[in-house]
Amino acid sequence: MSFINLKDKIVQVKIVYYGPGRCGKTTNLEYINRTYRKQIVSEMVSLKTHGDRTLFFDFLPFDMGQIKGYDIKIQLYTVPGQVKYNATRKLVLRGVDGIVFVADAMEKQREKNIRSLNQLHENLQSYKESIFNIPLVMQYNKVDLKEHGIPILPTSILEKDLNSRLKVPYFEASAITGYNVAATLKKIISSSVISIQKKLL
Amino acid sequence: MNYGIVSQEQLEQIDGVLSEKLIKLGVDCVIIIDMAGNIITAKDNGESKYDVYSFAALAAGNFATVDAMAKLVGEQEFSLLFHKGQESNIHFSKIDDELLLISMFGRDISLGFLRLNVVDVIEKIRVIWGNQ
Repeated sequence: MSFINLKDKIVQVKIVYYGPGRCGKTTNLEYINRTYRKQIVSEMVSLKTHGDRTLFFDFLPFDMGQIKGYDIKIQLYTVPGQVKYNATRKLVLRGVDGIVFVADAMEKQREKNIRSLNQLHENLQSYKESIFNIPLVMQYNKVDLKEHGIPILPTSILEKDLNSRLKVPYFEASAITGYNVAATLKKIISSSVISIQKKLL
Repeated sequence: MNYGIVSQEQLEQIDGVLSEKLIKLGVDCVIIIDMAGNIITAKDNGESKYDVYSFAALAAGNFATVDAMAKLVGEQEFSLLFHKGQESNIHFSKIDDELLLISMFGRDISLGFLRLNVVDVIEKIRVIWGNQ
């Protein structure tokens, strides 16, 4: 749940990048951190293992300016993608306002994407949230691999696998080159802020 | 509890309690956060330069981890945590299921004295929080 400070006029919005291991969640945040350095007051926090895999979460606070006199502070989080860290993923999802589901477009990751999305659904239920109600954006990452001859899933298949019932906005993206990283971020911020506004009215 | 929005009046009262009971005592910085990592309010002595937003995210994660550990050993919760350093120390205390009070302080304050005051502050905050 977002927190609204009426005294200092600040709204804090929590956005979580979720998805299977090595799909590019941290890479999304690293790109945002590099590209929007001016709007980011503090350093990105990363809790990593020795092998550079996310152990707990990455955290990146982001100032978005004002809406109706309120300062909007976006807090970006990632979760650890590896299957065994579900307890940690659940902890990070606490109080989430919006989710970007980063799917790995590589053909061999097809099943992992579906499993991860199913688990997201279950994890949200444990907080009495529904994947069908929470602001959600799909990002089909690693489309750049096609040029390198690595087989990737066509967007139509990814849409059928992951988004046929949810019907949320989606983006083909390449977190490493930055393609559609900003578009994904803008979309999830606007959906989350609109959803918070609706809850308040 | 109408959690999510706190009235300006409530926040001012809470800030007052924090200043009176902890900052005046010599605590460098006090933050109240929720378990999602949002900052409810932060007060400092005017000198400390902590990145309170990152701190809140990490503290919420830290506390959630300790809570999960408590369940593993059959405890309902570990309601307080203390980290000791050379120059500065951090004390975490649970206000209720949603809120956490974090105090950062140096060597001049004894832990026992701080804990007495923290207990007092938490009781006062619960009263303010309940009055809506």
